Amino acid sequence: MIIDPSAEDRLDRAFAALADPVRRGIIARLSRGPATVNELAEPFEITKQAVSKHIQVLEQAGLVTRSRDAQRRPVHLDPAQLEAMTAWIDRYRLQHEEQFRRLDAVLEDMKKEKRK
Amino acid sequence: MTNPLKLSVPEGVPFIDWEREFDAPVEAVFRAHQDPELITQWMGPAQYETDVEVYDFRTGGRWRYVQRGDDGEEYGFNGVFHVVRDNEFAIQTFEFEGYPDVVSIESLTFADLGDGRTRVGGHSTYPSLEARDGMAQSGMESGMTEGYERLDALLATTAKG
Repeated sequence: MIIDPSAEDRLDRAFAALADPVRRGIIARLSRGPATVNELAEPFEITKQAVSKHIQVLEQAGLVTRSRDAQRRPVHLDPAQLEAMTAWIDRYRLQHEEQFRRLDAVLEDMKKEKRK
Repeated sequence: MTNPLKLSVPEGVPFIDWEREFDAPVEAVFRAHQDPELITQWMGPAQYETDVEVYDFRTGGRWRYVQRGDDGEEYGFNGVFHVVRDNEFAIQTFEFEGYPDVVSIESLTFADLGDGRTRVGGHSTYPSLEARDGMAQSGMESGMTEGYERLDALLATTAKG
């Protein structure tokens, strides 16, 4: 059991960043492809500045990146961090699912035992 | 058909909640949690061999088991059963000996659904978010996930949380 503290910090920041519905909306939109701040602001009734702040938080959490080229500066999803987050939830889930399937088998055996 | 595991890892609070139904009466499900011989058959990750040293599933009882990996590494886990009410409810502590003094508290609720079915619910409270995420993150670094399909699932979970 090795825990990389910097990886943990990044995960903490990523979870904190996603604790906001607007930022989750932004991430959901970016999962379909890169978008500009204007495009990202559209579905929300908030100012462009507010959206920029949200993007900044997501950027600091390592969830999105912004390309340097041109004035459009589209925002991209950075999948690595999201994968790290989903990876540990998935692992926890897989481990428990597997364990409970074995419990199912034990319960099945107990039923057979009883019928004898 | 396998019954689905409902899992919730809420943001901002160090909890993990889950729920799972079993096609067996509550007495049998409870016994599978109580009998050390039965516990050995299902508890713990499959890639490890689990050696149950003590498993006294009753109020004030103690538990400890050791898991051995293929590499010969040993991982010890222990705790106490704070309260156990037959076929109903239990609260236990959980400590990974590789991280001493980081103790989570887990409650288990057994609900009789009738028709020989049972729902078990678990609620774990960790001393900090770091402890929870470290715990869930720990163990074997299995392969990275495929990505975007999983994102939908994650967002669905976080939206509910």
